Amino acid sequence: MGRVYQGHPGIGTGLFEGEALVASDGFSARYDVDLTKGVFSRPAHKLHGESFAERIIVLDIAKGGVASAWMLRVLMQGAHRPKALILNWANPIMAQGASFGEMPLIDRFDCDITKELKTGERLRILPEEGRVEVVG
Amino acid sequence: MRLTDEEDAILNGSAGPIRARAMAHIVEVGRFFDAERLVEVSQAHIMADTEALGETGVAYLEGLAAADWEDRRVVIPTITDPRGADFKAYDRIRHDRAIVTLEERARDAFMALGVMMTDTCINYQTIMPPVKGEHLAFGDTGVCIYSNSVFGARTNYEGGPSALASALTARAPAYGFHLDRNRRATQRVIVEAELADYLDWGALGALIGERMGSYFEVPYVEGINAANSDQLKHFGAAMASYGSTALYHVAGLTPEADEALDGREVPEIKLNRADIDSYADRFRREDDTLDVVVFAVPQLSLIELGELAGHLDGRRVVDGTTLIATTNPEMKSAADRMGITKRIEDAGGILLEGVCYYQMHARELAEANGWHRLMTNSAKLTNTIAGYGYAPMVASMARCVDSAVAGRVV
Repeated sequence: MGRVYQGHPGIGTGLFEGEALVASDGFSARYDVDLTKGVFSRPAHKLHGESFAERIIVLDIAKGGVASAWMLRVLMQGAHRPKALILNWANPIMAQGASFGEMPLIDRFDCDITKELKTGERLRILPEEGRVEVVG
Repeated sequence: MRLTDEEDAILNGSAGPIRARAMAHIVEVGRFFDAERLVEVSQAHIMADTEALGETGVAYLEGLAAADWEDRRVVIPTITDPRGADFKAYDRIRHDRAIVTLEERARDAFMALGVMMTDTCINYQTIMPPVKGEHLAFGDTGVCIYSNSVFGARTNYEGGPSALASALTARAPAYGFHLDRNRRATQRVIVEAELADYLDWGALGALIGERMGSYFEVPYVEGINAANSDQLKHFGAAMASYGSTALYHVAGLTPEADEALDGREVPEIKLNRADIDSYADRFRREDDTLDVVVFAVPQLSLIELGELAGHLDGRRVVDGTTLIATTNPEMKSAADRMGITKRIEDAGGILLEGVCYYQMHARELAEANGWHRLMTNSAKLTNTIAGYGYAPMVASMARCVDSAVAGRVV
């Protein structure tokens, strides 16, 4: 079996698989991404220009104001939706937005998860258990 | 998590599918933060301008609005944050009609749910101030920090979907600032300066906010001997904007300050006059061009509107520069009645109601009006507006008005 990382029980039910897209940077649904094109659009973001469609986004902390609670739903109902979000630290607004938008979310690992996972690795995640497996 | 029989029944559909979904959302968020139970909340405040909602969010609200009244109505007093456009004056600042149409759809859907369209981020000054210990589901960060800190009420940052879920169930998850243990101070801040203009208060809030590491940090501020509601409004709104901070204590002023430290040693920082002045210096530029002067964020109280009118009396905003102030419909009505609106508008200013500059499609406004250089006395606006393509600078209300009259930064 591949590497396994244990976070806090997260948001979402079931099992999700996808390719990791990783950076040591924050995540704001309002300021960092172009929802219609499905790419990271803020020039200063470390994933600038990267498509998140069908991928599991792995970043450091949740950023952005209260308004972003509505916006994860827009993200998840768009044509370029990601598979899931993994963070070192979420915040109330990100958790609320993930629940409302039905976006699987796991955070709070005992390591810096952005240092452990690599872009391109294939992940399998179980949000209810807070479990992340590297499967390829 | 332990639910009461009533909560469990709602979760299982006894009060209809909309309330069941709302309860499931509250339980899911609560589990994420290890809440052991729910609390009963007595008011909800929803942040749901169309800039945040988008077409998807408006369509979601319309879906709720189509349900039976008994299934869809909110069960506690539920009010709204500022909207994305002033229905009475949108053409004065070239707001796109499409934005107004979307706002009208959102308004109609909210009203069908029984939501009161207060359109305000100063509800704590103008609608129904919370009381100590009252559990709330409040949205806007400036509203949350004021309610927690100045009144000793209890709320987390509730985004629009969560505030609406609470409005439909009268519940919120018991984590964060609903619990005694999270309301104690984690940092001491010693202030060694006299604060004068609202900008001083906003700058101090910004400096404290950016020194806080997370949502769960609580500063304990010493060295402030007196303050009024407008001053604490600017102070808290800036702190929340820069720091995601939801609660502060001020020694000798706020209701929970006496128990906040509890004899514990916590890290200490000092801030002096030079620190406060350095905040405005960050935004100083060589050229003195100016496009728009904004008094908002948070919306102005009646007192601030009167002060603004006093600065503008007998003067005239120069052609080519726009001066905008925003307030809520209640204060606009009072300003109309008392002649304050006329004094502001006779000087060439524009007083808008039910909107606030950080959530009224500022990017589209900049493009439609050719605005780039923005001047304000709001530290919170300065923090957020650069992301919309503006080059902001901050100054006192008096200097902002002097600049609007001169047509350049003075």
